[in-house]
Amino acid sequence: MSEAIHSEIAEKAASSAGHSHHVHRDDFGAKIGMWLFLFTELLLFGGLFIIYMAYRQEYSDAFHLAAKELNMTIGTINTIILLTSSLTMALSIAALQRYKITLSLYMLAATILLAFAFMVNKYFEWGAKFSHGIYPGSEELTSKSSGEIIFFGLYYTMTGLHGLHVLVGIVLLAFMFVFIKRKSITPTNYIKLENSGLYWHLVDLIWIFLFPLFYLIH
Amino acid sequence: MGNHVLDTTYIDFYKEKGKYSGLFSWIFSTDHKRIGIMYLFGMVIFFLVGMTLGFLMKLEMLTKGQTIVDAQTYNAFFTLHGIIMIFLFIIPGIPAAFGNFFLPIQIGAKDVAFPRLNLLSWWLYIFGGLLAIFSLFLAGGPIDTGWTFYVPYSIRTQTNVIIPLLAAFILGFSSILTGLNFVTTVHRLRAPGMTFFKMPLFVWALYSTAWIQVVATPVIGITIVLVIVERLFGVGLFDPALGGDPVLFQHLFWIYSHPAVYIMILPAMGVVSEIIPTFARRTIFGYKAIAFSSLAIAFIGYFVWAHHMFTSGMSETARFVFSLLTFLVAIPSGVKVFNWVATLYKGSIYPGVPLLYVMAFIFLFSIGGLTGLVLGSLATNVHVHDTYFVVAHFHYVMFGGTAMILFAALHYWFPKMFGKMYNEKTAKVALALIFIGFNTMYFTMFILGYQGMPRRYWDYLPEYTALHHISTFGSWILVAGLLLMFYNLLMGLLKGEKAPMNPWGGTTLEWTVPSPPPLENFDVIPTVTHEPYYHPNEEEKH
Repeated sequence: MSEAIHSEIAEKAASSAGHSHHVHRDDFGAKIGMWLFLFTELLLFGGLFIIYMAYRQEYSDAFHLAAKELNMTIGTINTIILLTSSLTMALSIAALQRYKITLSLYMLAATILLAFAFMVNKYFEWGAKFSHGIYPGSEELTSKSSGEIIFFGLYYTMTGLHGLHVLVGIVLLAFMFVFIKRKSITPTNYIKLENSGLYWHLVDLIWIFLFPLFYLIH
Repeated sequence: MGNHVLDTTYIDFYKEKGKYSGLFSWIFSTDHKRIGIMYLFGMVIFFLVGMTLGFLMKLEMLTKGQTIVDAQTYNAFFTLHGIIMIFLFIIPGIPAAFGNFFLPIQIGAKDVAFPRLNLLSWWLYIFGGLLAIFSLFLAGGPIDTGWTFYVPYSIRTQTNVIIPLLAAFILGFSSILTGLNFVTTVHRLRAPGMTFFKMPLFVWALYSTAWIQVVATPVIGITIVLVIVERLFGVGLFDPALGGDPVLFQHLFWIYSHPAVYIMILPAMGVVSEIIPTFARRTIFGYKAIAFSSLAIAFIGYFVWAHHMFTSGMSETARFVFSLLTFLVAIPSGVKVFNWVATLYKGSIYPGVPLLYVMAFIFLFSIGGLTGLVLGSLATNVHVHDTYFVVAHFHYVMFGGTAMILFAALHYWFPKMFGKMYNEKTAKVALALIFIGFNTMYFTMFILGYQGMPRRYWDYLPEYTALHHISTFGSWILVAGLLLMFYNLLMGLLKGEKAPMNPWGGTTLEWTVPSPPPLENFDVIPTVTHEPYYHPNEEEKH
């Protein structure tokens, strides 16, 4: 067997195995990896949802009372903001696939701005609670019943962890913006943007569960 | 034994010129083989630290009252021994070292699915390890909660808790990334013809383990974060003074930490399923049964966590259900043991060093497994809960089980990984010492525990003196054996003879590439046509 045929077969074998060291890329594999990662994120929050469930069962009256203290208007506005940002995220990917790179960048920028808007709202919401003296360890809160302490403990922990994910999302999407500008994300190679989008939708999805659990159910 | 004449024209991965040289050619390498070896060395170092701590603990227990350290230091010793051995040695263990090296080769791939992520996992592992060690030297003193970090003590103690917890969180992240890398690798990078049922059983075990790593680890992640948050801000979720429930912490902790014992043992079972057919010169008995029993263990392993909490306060129904589910795990575990023994039956057995380690494993693991049933049944559990019986059981399954197989894997794949041979005679002497020392040390602990000696105590009543003496004496033999084993391997590495391509007559793909393998493993990606343990010359005899 001549050397040329030999290496050709190697090439073929490598590509049918879906892999070779630096050249071949595997978008489907990258997506599997991302979905697995998102699954771990769900489980991370899952632990908190289990705790919420256990304490809601134990302190249902106190949870009812404490939930009334939350500002449903800000919660609703933030829900709308995040849902819209998921839309702009999806549009950014769709635009890139159609070779409309400028539109894609605009949509991505809109997503980042909406994420900021969410955090600003969150800042004012938490700030208002703090100024009313409701924060872990405060005199005001420790004078309340155990159930209310736990409710606000969960509120700060869960929305705080979610807020942290929004911040990470902002950084991630900012990187994607630069990558599109530098053309390392292109209309034919956009798996990074797509995976970032998946992450962003997850952040949105978790909020969709947090919102009713804290603001809507009384 | 099917040793081929060595092809000297290839360049092995150690000699390959990359972008960097020296140390950087290792710590910036995305080659799965280099990463596997870096994990191996990291783990051996951490093992030696953990072993030293264990040795000192046994020395402390030689006499009543203070022998070498005070009670608070002893608390720090058993905590660190646990954290180091569990989070830095046995959880990364076989998957991180041997899985990284051999998973891609065994499925006929050039690397894992995400090589850079793989390097990140290693960096996180080292960073987490160093952070844990670093915390020992901070003001406040080393952590003394035990490796289980039970609240409310872990939110009250004045020792350094946050940094070791952060380290555990980072190590968990490393474990998750390895897990998702392996799952994707198995799904995407199998060579042509390598269907799921032609995969070596080690790959099956790694695949099941990887799923547990992905699915269970986030729960310990959030639990650890909550303890940190509790210490920093006092939100009250686990603090009974503020209405929180410490038992809830225990549930969340064990929801991860029970499946974690399967993260530790499943890959070991995979290695056993590799070594036995090689040394019995015949195909494995009940391939599919072994493959599916890995998945079954991974699955049932999720639903048994509360058997660690039979005395913590649960309803009778919950206790009964968890006890029953615990017994179910014995079924797939039994399936494996019977299939291994059946494989040996009428095989042309060659008693090489790796097989002897496996034999020791089957013996020790069976004792560990059967005493697990004593712990799993409600009535006896109450009697031996939190005694030396638990410690002995745990070490029989984890040390006698997983670590023994890690050593077996080291002796089995050493020639392939390093291209050198070790002295087989010395290896056998070391194993004999380990086996004798192990049983002397830990079997006495079963008796001590049954008589009522509580775990984690620094002092004991006079009637336990004789057994404690025997146990400590055993620890000396054990440590001597372990040191001899490592010394022998080190000598093999430095001065050993050149190893042939296939010293044991193995049939899986790693034995078809030179020792040590070249950079991208295969010149031509192989096409797989037969099942993994096919011994054409031997099969017809049966």
